[in-house]
Amino acid sequence: MYSASDLRKGLKVLIDAAPYVITEFDFSKPGKGQALYRCKLRNMITGNQLVQTYRSNDKFDKPALEERKMQYLYNQDDEYHFMDTENFDQIYITKEQLGENANFLQDNMELQVLLFEDKPIDVTLPIFVNLLVTVAEPWAKGDTSGTDTKPITVETGYVLNVPPFVVEGDKIQIDTRTGAYVTRVKE
Amino acid sequence: MLDRDGLQMRAAFFRAIRLFFEEQGFLEVDTPIRQPLLIPEKYIVPIPSGSHFLQSSPELYMKRLLAAGCDQIFQICHCFRQGERGRLHLEEFVMLEWYRLDADYGALMTDCENLFDFLTREMVGCVFPVPLDVGWERLTVAEAFSRHCSVSVTEALEKDVFDQLLVEQVEPQLGQDRPTFLCDYPLELASLARPKPGQPDVAERFELYVSGIELANGFSELTDPDLQRKRFEEEYATMDNERGRQKKMPERFLKDLGRIERAAGIAMGLDRLFMLFLGRKKVADAVSFGPDELDS
Repeated sequence: MYSASDLRKGLKVLIDAAPYVITEFDFSKPGKGQALYRCKLRNMITGNQLVQTYRSNDKFDKPALEERKMQYLYNQDDEYHFMDTENFDQIYITKEQLGENANFLQDNMELQVLLFEDKPIDVTLPIFVNLLVTVAEPWAKGDTSGTDTKPITVETGYVLNVPPFVVEGDKIQIDTRTGAYVTRVKE
Repeated sequence: MLDRDGLQMRAAFFRAIRLFFEEQGFLEVDTPIRQPLLIPEKYIVPIPSGSHFLQSSPELYMKRLLAAGCDQIFQICHCFRQGERGRLHLEEFVMLEWYRLDADYGALMTDCENLFDFLTREMVGCVFPVPLDVGWERLTVAEAFSRHCSVSVTEALEKDVFDQLLVEQVEPQLGQDRPTFLCDYPLELASLARPKPGQPDVAERFELYVSGIELANGFSELTDPDLQRKRFEEEYATMDNERGRQKKMPERFLKDLGRIERAAGIAMGLDRLFMLFLGRKKVADAVSFGPDELDS
């Protein structure tokens, strides 16, 4: 159980049976008045924002959140299957829940899965992943469009812009936080 | 954390304040920081220090000095309030308090105007966020709510949302193009202030705002010991006793209060005021070490 004085940016609390993370926090207290704890919160499942002002007597339950190390196995349609590396339990997360992260999953990749009440709600990827380029048009010499990048497709089906020297069969490093090309990797 | 220039500026700031009050004939005093009994204030949580508490304000002992015949006194001291941490709050902060015998809150407002005027001249190289040479705004709490808030002050009090609406809707509008005195608080929000003659439902209390930031709280002192005792009893009745505070009356204070006829006093947060002079956004950036910079 948390009380209002525990509230701070980054704290996770249970509101209406859903886990929320505090994204902005400000303490205020007018003159001789009551302490007010003004919070902006994000629903960790739906992403919805909430703005709330709490008072000293407000109490909050801790959400049952657990982070587990898992290995990505495969996807079948929109279901992405993972295995707990400790107890070998298998679970799946939907493509919708994964959002952008689905673009960077590689077979056997290890990552952190966040569970709320034993249900997976989020994954934390490594910051950099190396993915195989599966489709890349050759650079048209004499292209005068003025751009110095071209779109390519990697093994997960993700499309991004890279420098013209990248060719099919290359491995490239991608920053999973931004989805951007970092460098070509030699293996 | 302040660098060497910042510390020099802060020292100059304190020096200028002392000079201002000394030139006006005020006596600088220092009273006990550790106090066995604090006056009851529902929303202030004191920090224990052995069998005593660290002061949340020097108010009680400065008023006893008024009773002892000091007519103009000021003090710069550290005050402590548990759990107050935020952009504009530190659990340990520096307070300036000054008191005048035979005066009311109007005299304190004039003091504020003169003090700020003096400080802007002394603090070379600092730019105060609002102009001071235009007439300062005086706005009653009732006017401020009707002007800036979706509900009236009466309704806000009935629904127990006065503080929240004050913070969210009223305060951001105050002191934006010149300093604002927010005056005449509902009586129930001013347990140590005198009721306004002819308007018994409000107290002669004001808060000073600059750029939406509350800087000072002043009032005409309630000097009727019987009424003060009743106010303390009412305040105690609404307080939970979970923090181990004894609900005892400060009898010596109440006795001394009976010897004061008229007086007015004000508390000003100096870290915040200095923050404005420095042009900083966080009060922790206007002190030598902020709470996150301490070893723990």
